[in-house]
This record gives sequence, C-alpha cells and structure tokens, in this order.
Amino acid sequence: MVSTRIAPPPRWWRGEGARALLWLSPWLVGVALFFVYPLLSTVYFSFHRYDLFTLEFIGLDNYRYAFSDPRVLQSALNTLWLVVFMVPAQVVFALGVAQLLAKLKSGGGVLRTIFYLPSLVPMVAGTVAFVYLLNPATGPVNQALARLGITGPDWFGSAAWAKPSLTLLALWGAGNTIMIFLAALLDVPRHLYEAAAIDGAGAWRQFRSVTLPVISPVLMFSAVTGVIYAVQYFTQAMIASRVASGATDSAGTTFTPGYPDGSLLTLPQHLFHTGFRDWSMGLACVHALLLFVVAMGFTLVLLRQFGRAEAAS
Amino acid sequence: MTRRRTLMWIAQHALAIALALMFLGPVVFVALTALMTDEQALTSELWPRQWNWANFADVFARSELLTWTVNTFLYASLATLFMLVSSVPAAYALARFRFRGRRAAFLVVISAMMLPPQVVAVPIYLVWARLDLTDSLWPLILPMLFGDAFSIFLLRQFLITIPRDYTDAARVDGCSDVRILFTVILPMARPAIAAVALFSFFYCWNDYYGPLLYAGVDQEGWTLSLGLATFKAFHSVQWNLTMAATLLVTAPVIIVFLFAQRVFIEGVTLTGVKG
Repeated sequence: MVSTRIAPPPRWWRGEGARALLWLSPWLVGVALFFVYPLLSTVYFSFHRYDLFTLEFIGLDNYRYAFSDPRVLQSALNTLWLVVFMVPAQVVFALGVAQLLAKLKSGGGVLRTIFYLPSLVPMVAGTVAFVYLLNPATGPVNQALARLGITGPDWFGSAAWAKPSLTLLALWGAGNTIMIFLAALLDVPRHLYEAAAIDGAGAWRQFRSVTLPVISPVLMFSAVTGVIYAVQYFTQAMIASRVASGATDSAGTTFTPGYPDGSLLTLPQHLFHTGFRDWSMGLACVHALLLFVVAMGFTLVLLRQFGRAEAAS
Repeated sequence: MTRRRTLMWIAQHALAIALALMFLGPVVFVALTALMTDEQALTSELWPRQWNWANFADVFARSELLTWTVNTFLYASLATLFMLVSSVPAAYALARFRFRGRRAAFLVVISAMMLPPQVVAVPIYLVWARLDLTDSLWPLILPMLFGDAFSIFLLRQFLITIPRDYTDAARVDGCSDVRILFTVILPMARPAIAAVALFSFFYCWNDYYGPLLYAGVDQEGWTLSLGLATFKAFHSVQWNLTMAATLLVTAPVIIVFLFAQRVFIEGVTLTGVKG
C-alpha cells in the first residue's frame, strides 16, 4: 500500500472543505429543518396562545401557568424518578448478569440468546404482557406469591408500585446493555487479573481495581444512553396506564393520562397530552423547553463526569 | 477441580439458569394465555384446559392486523432505505474529510442524538399539518432523507477505524470520492451498515410515539404498535386474544433476529465499545 500524502488539489473548490460541505449538505438541510428551526420556533410559540387556529401573544402567561400546574411538577418528578432509580437499576442489573455470563464456561451461547431476546420484543407488546402478568388478581406473578404465602402488591394498579413495575419491565428488556457489558468484560486483558491475584487481591478487589476502571467508558456510555432514554420515556408509561386503567376509547382522547393517580405521567407524556390532545400548543412548548433543559442538564453532568474519569485514568 | 471451585461452578450455573427462567417466564405465560378460551383466560388458571389455536385466526378476523403489518413494514423499510441513502454520505464526510468545523459538526450530531424528539414536536407537527401530510406516516418517513443523527454517529465511529492508507491509495490511482465510497469504504463498512439498518428498521417497527402523533384516527392507516395498544380497549375482557395479538406482533422480530443473529450482536457491541 502506498501511504504518501499527495499534494493538495490546486483549485479551491476541490479542497476538502468544499467537498465535505457537498457531502454533508443533505444532513445540514436536515439539521436546519428538524433541529434549529423547531427549537427556535418552540421558544417563539411558548410566548403565544395557539390552538391551530388563532395565534395570540400572551407574554409569560404560559410559563406562569406551567409553573403553577401541579401536574408539571408531578410529571417532572416522575421523569426524575426514572433517571435516579430505573437507569441505575438497569445498569447494575445488566452488569451483574454480564459478569455471571462472562464467568460461565458452558451453556453461555443459549443463555446469551435468552437474555438478549426480550430486548427485541416491541415495547407495546412487552408492556401489555407485563400488565397482564402483574395483574393483581389473576396474574401469574401474584398467584406464585400467594402460593408462598405473600400477598402481592397491586403493581400497575397502585401509585406506589407502578414505577417499580415499569422498572421490572426495564430489567427484563436490559438484553442490549447486558451484551454490551459482556463484550467489554471479555475484552479485559487476562494478565491484569493474574497480576492482581498475585498481589493477593480477592474477587471483589479484582472487580473494583481491575474490571471497573477498564470498562468504565462502556459503563459511562450506557449511563448516558440510559438517561437520554429515561428523559424521553413515553411508550411504556402510556401503554401501562391505558391497559391497566381499562381505558376503552381508541384514540386516547378522553383518557386521563398517568393512571394510577398520575404516577406514570412523565414529562414527555404531559407535553403530548397538552399539545396534541388538548391542542394548547403554546403551553406544550413551555413543557418542551423544560424537557430540553432537563435533558441537556443531565447529559452535560454525565459527560463532565465522563471527562473527569477519562482524565483520571 | 477443587471442591470450592466445583461449588462455585454449581452456584454460578444455578443462578444463571434461574435468571434465564425468569426471562423466559413472561413469554411462556403469554403463550399459554393466548391459547385459552375466552372464559378461562379470565380465571386464575395458568394451564389451558383445551388448546384454542383458533385464537390466532380470530385476531386476524377481528382486527386490521394484516393492514397494520403492511403499513408497519412500508414505514420501516422506506425509513431505513432513506436513512441509509442520506446518512452514509454524511458519516463518510465526517470521518474522512479534513475541514474546519469538523469537530463542531460532530458535536451537532451528538446534540441532535440527545435531543428528546418531543422537544421539537410542536413546530414540526405544524409544518406537516400545513403540508396536509398529517394522518399519514409520511412525516415519519420523509425526514429520514435528511440523515439520522444516531445512524450518522454509529457509522462515523466505524468509518474512522478504516486506515487512511486505503483511501489514499485509491486517490493516487485517480479514484473520485464517489468511487472511493463505493469501492473502498462501503465493502469494508458492511457490518456497520447492516447493524445501523437493522437498528433503524427495528426502531420503526416498534415505534409507538411517532405513529400515535401522525397516523390519525382511521385504523386503516395504523401501525402494529398503535393497533396493539388499542386492542385491549376493543376486546376488553379477552386477555387471550390480546395475548395472541401480542405474540403475533412479536413473532416477526424474533424470526428476523434468529436469521440475522450475528449482525445484531456485532452491531450491539459496536454501539457499546466504539461509543
């Protein structure tokens, strides 16, 4: 292979900048149309009352209304709950299962497939199935618990248990993360463990001093994607509310979101109902900006931690 | 093997098998319920008294499942095709060309990837409404002609690992950018492209939020996710049919996985390790 750098082309329009611009142009148009314009437009609409027919400037009224709306606070707290509890639970669980799979000498292939498959089940299908499985009266889980002499909780029917129930669903669907962690664990050089063992490190010490530092970029990546996912969490919460509440309308127009007691109302869901069911689009834009701030805030914090971890290693 | 190691071996395998059974459990119970009669599905019994295979046919007869499958397939395949056509060139440029603003462009990709789709939903919806394209799936398909941040990110991460020597050699031989892309880059990037295409297809296949926003109230235009979400509402007491529908919606995904298992696993590790 020849690897000599060839002289830059003489004419300016054949330079790499112009060529890059050409290749990037469809995407740049996309960025303008679906990223920059709607973000600016969201800010604009947030100062207006708009219901698809009349547009009226109302200053900060939408903001005042949103910040005195108890459901905004409730939905923000629900989204926060998902970030603080569901994401770490999923990461820790996936790491535990991956660690176990990495240790197995036999049967690993079949088990890997079994752990991975649920993550492919369409979200709507998985949620409907879990609402059935966790049905307080006739569902198999509570029956099994009853056989052990335990009265099972109301799961999706109780405000206290609804989010933990969704967390169980998230653990069941953690196959993607498990596989990412497994690949990272199998990539940890063996000699590092041997060296640590010679220095007298036990299993826990080896995990803390060898495994964790080596796989920390992968853990960080999963945490970041997990948080992004939790901030937009919509489908499972909405389906669980609908199916568990027994809502009978088809388009979700008369259905009160967040059943039970608003415990599953996430910020994106509140935005959706405000904007596209109540058609208060200006107000929905305030929710959107709040969601934007939350998403950016969490990502920046995580990326900064990531940078610090990189610098330390 | 020492006694201690044997015990460890047994403990690890027992734990792994127990966990695997818990992962399989939901599928087994859903399948058993799907085969029960209407009455039995309402009881707390777990094993079907008679195997009611006709439930699956019933689902087709009583819902638009076939239409929803066709709609979902069209949405997923067109969106994936458009995504590839638009995202591969962008990723190629970000990975291969040296230009001012390259880092900035990459930061824009990452920001777009992190932006929750709901944040920009209102203005985008209004544009599609003005174009009279709401009540269809086009608002979900057409934007894919302008690149998808997540796909561009993954492809770019893969493309930067291809040694520059290959493209430089081709350039010395007088190849144009287009020819380099098709004869050098694309063949080497096949695993990444396959993974990105699969992710995109599955994302669309499973998407609920997008179709809920745009597909409208007419069931003829729905996708599988939308249909399944309301299935329980229309057949409120028939858990058996709901479970049969759940299985029917899931089956194609699992079948595709079993055939393309390697692409999946490669793709998943690509997202994690290269990220």
